[in-house]
Amino acid sequence: MKRLFGLMIATVLLAACATPAPVPAPVPPPQKLRLATTTSTADSGLLDFILPDFQNKFNAKVDVIAVGTGQAIELGVKGDVDVVLVHARAQEDKFVADGNGLNRLDVMYNDFVLVGAKEDPAKVKDMTAAKDAFTAIFKASATFVSRGDNSGTHSKEKSVWAAAQITPGKEMSGYLSIGQGMGETLLFANEKKAYTLADRGTWLSQKSKLPNLIVVVGGETINDNKDKTLLNPYGVIPVNPAKHPGVNFDLATKFANWITSAETQKKIGEYGKDKFGQALFYPSTSK
Amino acid sequence: MLEIISLTLFVSGVALIIATIIGVPLGAVLALRQVMFKKIITLIIYTGMGLPPVVVGLAVYIFLSREGALGWLGWLFTPSAMITAQVIIALPIVIGLTTSAVENVNPELRLQIRSLGATPNQVMWTILSEARAGVVAAIVAAFGGIISEVGAVMLVGGNIEGSTRVLTTAIVLETRKGDFGLALALGGVLLTLTLVTNFFLLRLNKR
Amino acid sequence: MTPLFHLSHIRHNYNGRFVLDIDELTIQRGELFAIVGPSGAGKSTLLRMLNFLESASAGIICYKDQPTPSLDLTRQIATVFQHPILLHRTVRENVGYGLRLRDQRNDKQVDEIIARVGLAAFAASAADSLSGGERQRIALARALVLNPEVLLLDEPTANLDPHNVSLIESIIREENEQRGTTILLVTHNVFQAKRLAARVGLMLNGKLIEVETTKNFFENPKDERTRKFVDGEMIY
Repeated sequence: MKRLFGLMIATVLLAACATPAPVPAPVPPPQKLRLATTTSTADSGLLDFILPDFQNKFNAKVDVIAVGTGQAIELGVKGDVDVVLVHARAQEDKFVADGNGLNRLDVMYNDFVLVGAKEDPAKVKDMTAAKDAFTAIFKASATFVSRGDNSGTHSKEKSVWAAAQITPGKEMSGYLSIGQGMGETLLFANEKKAYTLADRGTWLSQKSKLPNLIVVVGGETINDNKDKTLLNPYGVIPVNPAKHPGVNFDLATKFANWITSAETQKKIGEYGKDKFGQALFYPSTSK
Repeated sequence: MLEIISLTLFVSGVALIIATIIGVPLGAVLALRQVMFKKIITLIIYTGMGLPPVVVGLAVYIFLSREGALGWLGWLFTPSAMITAQVIIALPIVIGLTTSAVENVNPELRLQIRSLGATPNQVMWTILSEARAGVVAAIVAAFGGIISEVGAVMLVGGNIEGSTRVLTTAIVLETRKGDFGLALALGGVLLTLTLVTNFFLLRLNKR
Repeated sequence: MTPLFHLSHIRHNYNGRFVLDIDELTIQRGELFAIVGPSGAGKSTLLRMLNFLESASAGIICYKDQPTPSLDLTRQIATVFQHPILLHRTVRENVGYGLRLRDQRNDKQVDEIIARVGLAAFAASAADSLSGGERQRIALARALVLNPEVLLLDEPTANLDPHNVSLIESIIREENEQRGTTILLVTHNVFQAKRLAARVGLMLNGKLIEVETTKNFFENPKDERTRKFVDGEMIY
């Protein structure tokens, strides 16, 4: 028994001591850039597509921390990341106004769509304005799933209800606030055959797993989306070094400039075309 | 807030009661009787104790989903699904630790109380009573495991405000929203709940 | 008169060894029968079988003519073991345990028995707090309180000081003479066997070498080994 114990200790110590053989480094080790972004942005796959270019150009390694919008911003407030990339304009403006970031740059935009069950109990298919569809859903007491997490998507949803002058939650029996990410919310809506507001990027990438749902408002591409209030702009904000001297402001600024550079913007506009037949994001420069 | 707390207690409380009623006698039987394949069953139960709760949640979700084998129950995204998942998580813990506690009671005792006229059932209950401290520990451990669990209840419950949101899933949500202060406060409430419940559970040891 | 116990061609194996090998044995109602012999002779095994706690590999044991007696019948037999294991409860609860198993309750009798074995002062104490000799007396009490028809005693006075040995022996005698309880006493103590028993049997290596009335056993043993044992020589 004692021997077995000793053997276990020895194995653990050995594993801890094992270091990889040192490789002669002609290049200085890559700098680390910590980027907080939303789960929907990360899930879309865009970052996997464009980041290698940044990492090569600037000899950097980007650590992507994908969390809810509120949490991503909070990470910036705390200085736990160097740069923030989210799509919640009001919260972004507040971030800069509070001195947590020096300035905000437009990166890209996509749009939101209202999805729902093929059966469409509230008969909203092909309405042009989201607020009209929301009103119909309310009147029909149909089931509507909300992300309920103060994310960019949730903020947009709230603004549409406001435009329709409806307070969901209390007034709607079929309103389910589930406090989860976009992917999970779509799966939930698929399971419950309910309506929900989704960013087109996540919708396109998850569509194959959501057999019960179709787009009811917003059309099949962003060009078909007649409701301009459903546009979803993304902003990038380097964290203010005056507030958090430990952040890599220099590299964060390089990142912000790179992501808004013509070359990268072009690449962003290309992402998704071969996989989904349309771009998932539209560069701001094309607006 | 009150809703979240009472739902947390309801779901975990019911799950614990079910797991105890099924698990304690099963654990005793496994320790006391000549069960076929005893070694294999024990191995499975001990492995069950280390089963990742979120995996249990995933399995339950698949079964209860619309296309799943038990979809007709309509339990998905209701407290019933959460209780189901928590019972599955708690059961191996209750059985495994009860078996261990019962095995640790002097085997001679079994013989001696039989000589006083105890039936096999009476033997089981007497031994369980002698192993009380270990059995209570089993229940406490199971409770700790399920009330602190978040992955499974999030998956099968859906964290729906007003119907399936419990303390752990609420903490995840507030964290995602960036409201760390509230998340920590909820964590404090959860710890307090566990403390109070364990206080009452440990009182079962006396007498 | 039909014997209370009848044993026939009992053979018992344990881990490949023969631990019991008894051709025939009868025990009459109301007798006090002592079994003596060296350790490991199989005496404790025999007691377990008489209490139907274990079955022999071969052979039949009948109690009141029943080879497989019902629960009601087997509950008429109680054993006091060499190393008693008590419950983690009070002395009273331990002594009353057997009654509770039978859905009975008799607080008066429980307290009487506790007093009879000289432990009235400890009735409410935790059984775990008692000494070895005290625990032995509790084990006797919990058997006596059941008013058993048969009492099987395995070295009942092994841990006791002389005063308590004499106390317990008088209780054993009382039980047999006044209540008519059939008693089987397994003991190392040859003198105790001589004092208490009407019949004595010598057991060696699982076999009953000689079974005789007490008088004949000690004064006129038939077997050479019995004589040696009675004379105090060690036999293997």
